[in-house]
Amino acid sequence: MRALNLKLLRDLWHLRGQALAIAAVIMGGVATLVMSVSTYDSLVSTRDRFYREYRFGDVFASLKRAPESVAERLRAIPGVAHLETRVVAGVKLEVDGFTDPITGLLLSVPDSGEPQLNALFLRRGRWVQPFSTDEAVLSDTFADAHHLYPGDKFGAIINGKHKLLTIVGVAVSPEYVYQIAPGALFPDFKRYGVVWMGRHALAAAYDMAGAFNNVTLSLAPGVPPQAVIDRADIVLATYGGTGAYPRKDQFSNRFLTEELKQLQTTATIFPLIFLGVAAFLLNVVVSRLIALQRDQIATLKAFGYSYHAIAWHYVKLVMLLVVLGVAAGVALGAWFGQGLSNVYTETTFRFPYLDYQINARLVLISLAVALTAALSGTLFSVARAVRLPPAEGMRPETPVAYRTTLVERLGLQRWLTAPSRMIVRHIERRPIKSLLTILGISCACALMMVGNYQKGAIDYMVDVQFRQASREDLALAFIEQTSGRALHELAALPGVIHVEGYRDVQAILHFQHYRYRTVLYGIQPGGQLHRSLDRQLRPVNVPAGGVVLTEHLARNILHVQPGDILTVEIQEGSRPVLQVPVLGITQQYLGVSAYLQQDSLNALMREGPVISGAYLALTPGAEKSVYEKLHQRPRVLGQVANSASIKSFYATIGEFVLFYNGVASLLAASIGFGVVYNSARVALSERGRELASLRVLGFTQGEIAYILLGELALLALAAIPVGFLLGVGLVSVLVHALASDLYRLPLILNPSNYALGASVILLSGVLSGVLIWRQLGKLDLIAVLKTRE
Amino acid sequence: MKNSKPIFVAQQLSKIYRMGEVEVHALRGIDLELFSGELVVLLGPSGSGKSTLLNILGGLDVPSHGAVRYLDQKLTGATEAVLTRFRREYVGFVFQFYNLIPSLTARENVAAVTEISSAPMRPEEALKLVGLGQRLDHFPAQLSGGEQQRVAIARAVAKNPAVLLCDEPTGALDSTTGVVVLEVLEMINRELGTLTVLITHNAGIAAMADRVIRLSDGHIVEIQRNAVKKAARELSW
Repeated sequence: MRALNLKLLRDLWHLRGQALAIAAVIMGGVATLVMSVSTYDSLVSTRDRFYREYRFGDVFASLKRAPESVAERLRAIPGVAHLETRVVAGVKLEVDGFTDPITGLLLSVPDSGEPQLNALFLRRGRWVQPFSTDEAVLSDTFADAHHLYPGDKFGAIINGKHKLLTIVGVAVSPEYVYQIAPGALFPDFKRYGVVWMGRHALAAAYDMAGAFNNVTLSLAPGVPPQAVIDRADIVLATYGGTGAYPRKDQFSNRFLTEELKQLQTTATIFPLIFLGVAAFLLNVVVSRLIALQRDQIATLKAFGYSYHAIAWHYVKLVMLLVVLGVAAGVALGAWFGQGLSNVYTETTFRFPYLDYQINARLVLISLAVALTAALSGTLFSVARAVRLPPAEGMRPETPVAYRTTLVERLGLQRWLTAPSRMIVRHIERRPIKSLLTILGISCACALMMVGNYQKGAIDYMVDVQFRQASREDLALAFIEQTSGRALHELAALPGVIHVEGYRDVQAILHFQHYRYRTVLYGIQPGGQLHRSLDRQLRPVNVPAGGVVLTEHLARNILHVQPGDILTVEIQEGSRPVLQVPVLGITQQYLGVSAYLQQDSLNALMREGPVISGAYLALTPGAEKSVYEKLHQRPRVLGQVANSASIKSFYATIGEFVLFYNGVASLLAASIGFGVVYNSARVALSERGRELASLRVLGFTQGEIAYILLGELALLALAAIPVGFLLGVGLVSVLVHALASDLYRLPLILNPSNYALGASVILLSGVLSGVLIWRQLGKLDLIAVLKTRE
Repeated sequence: MKNSKPIFVAQQLSKIYRMGEVEVHALRGIDLELFSGELVVLLGPSGSGKSTLLNILGGLDVPSHGAVRYLDQKLTGATEAVLTRFRREYVGFVFQFYNLIPSLTARENVAAVTEISSAPMRPEEALKLVGLGQRLDHFPAQLSGGEQQRVAIARAVAKNPAVLLCDEPTGALDSTTGVVVLEVLEMINRELGTLTVLITHNAGIAAMADRVIRLSDGHIVEIQRNAVKKAARELSW
């Protein structure tokens, strides 16, 4: 077998161009799989380890104020393992040299050592000293965004009083892995921060000595959270409890879970598409490659090699290619995967560490898929070649039977020169093969479209959200609900053009057995700043006496239609349970919301015309002075500037999208080139003799190139519209699969998406054409006179 | 004929192939003139250099030393583009294995060449000439070996070439079919007056030539003029 092995290596060397192109296709598919799945696996295992090691709570509850003795009653609820009370408050922060409004969250840590639950990973510095009043530990996202280090100072408006705090530590918390301001749609590390201070200091500032306003607890193994939640709600009802909620509804965890779910979908769908396409191409390409070895197979048979020996020979050849491709794919995928995990942990999630891992199972799956695809193609062709008696196999293949084509039977032949007829007949002679080529090429186009779709969709989403729905320049929240008269004060501020108040209330919505915890927004009927839109993006007037729901919330989460009655459990005040009709559906790509008229919400809450915040339109250039004036007002808690949100949104996802698009485009291009080049190269092998004969007869290199590349060009052109269709199909699958509470990508494809899809085909075609052109220049004209085939 | 101007003049032609570290001398100083209307048979065993000579005459190969001229045009040192044009305008090739384009019918195989030449005959005319006027629209797969070779001849002569170069045209055929093909070549040579150069290692064919050039080991060992040409149909082997 040693001679045969030598033949193997030489064949491989001889086919190196094609071998590399095939390996590139496998590499593309495997790299996508490894990148996506390893990133997902790594983030999930990192999260689980972090939650476990830092004792992330199972149930959380906020309330107005309860004496510490109430904690004992909560601890006595069966199923509670550990419980910790805290003082938590919203805060306005100040950092030297940064003029935009910053909001934050203040959390107490025990003066007697580390928290039992929701422990902090101290990245830098030390803990706050017991009973210190001006020391703080800062969340690392905020510290990093402002380049703050232990020893630096920053300002905070604590319960209306300005205070200068010293940073002693920078930390990561399992509670704030996904750090996002309440009501915001995406993280903004510069404008939102979490601050931990000693319990004593905070209690003093907020009049919470011997009392608490927040509690978190862990459950004994196997205890369902709902039983404990119900009991806790009863205990906390008299202390202004706003409803205990389980870990799955915890803000950071919920976002993290959604993001991971999306990543998992991406990690399934993208590689499925890529690997599927790669496997298909591999099968086609390999079977053609083997078919070209017909005479060699016959010769080997004539020598007395058995079918199995011959099959094994080719299997080895193909396995070498597959192993090469898979190895390159795993290496590339691991590299991309680490990059992607880092992008995630830098822009979205904060973990103290990252357990990057590649599952051996993943490598085996890649290998198995690639091998199956390649070997089925190989064995099919080998079996066909081996079935021939050796003598027949060694004879030239009888001229394949051609016939006139449909185009010609339609009477169009007089428009076609002989070379053009060759092209048309060759395509029609093997319709399946031509179709497969078209399909293969169009897959590359579709992949390119899928890879680059997100950017345009996100632009569109942002445009709808910020320029058509939420058109305010500034949204502010009061510390607690406030009389509507505050609006007049705001409107009187210099630089404020228009003011609209809103009322928001935490609530749980029920319909049949569906349930969703969200915020009810009471907005102004006919409001100009904060509007909800219908499918045609026209403003919807929220009718009185009922709610209008985001489409995703209505259809996919609660399964309600206009006319249905929702049960609404308000989580504030006396926590009434109300029956509210659904009056309409709005289109919203970011987040999910329920809108009412402010008056209707006030009426449901049995309260006067109070508001929780306001939307402001400002004269251009007045932003800074308005921020400053509002910052001074103790009752104004948070301010969110729209322009800053958009900027931070792009800063956050920009890197991620860029990375993902870059990788997907690279892989789509490698697959595209792999298909086109292989199609052309195989066609050249199959028809080299024919083309050389024509050269001898006086055809120029350009004229024979027309025959070969003309066919390729025709197939490539046909593949473009097919690719567009396929691309739209794949994108809609993706859109559907990626829909989540966080956002739903709109099915928007720009001309540039189509252009990119088409350009990957055209560029691959041109590049392959150049390479083939060079090989056509090296056709052996003399050999063709003497050899048969 | 001897007094007319030669179509091809070859002087001191040699061709050395380098195969790895071995030099193969395919031609060793050939001097030759070929005249219009002649039917010349190049006879010799395999490896004697006859195919190399034919390839150089047809502009498919270049000599290592020496010069070839077609009428007033020097072929040695010509560019690939000039050689392509030369083949296109003046040379008709007939191959041992026909080399027809399987996706084109008989008529279209001929048309493929007539479409690119300046003063061709009609493809139908050429096929009628070789006795295939009834099989115009058959694809190669529907034709016998002899018929395929006749299509190849029709394709070669349809452009009205100055020279018809045939490399073992009967090599893949049985003798009966081979004779039919030779009859066609003989008729073309006679009726159209095309210089016809025919390579064979089959001495039986030599009798139909005006001149028989014997090659051995890269040399011309003998040039024999047949006083009486035998008709192709009288040949057998």
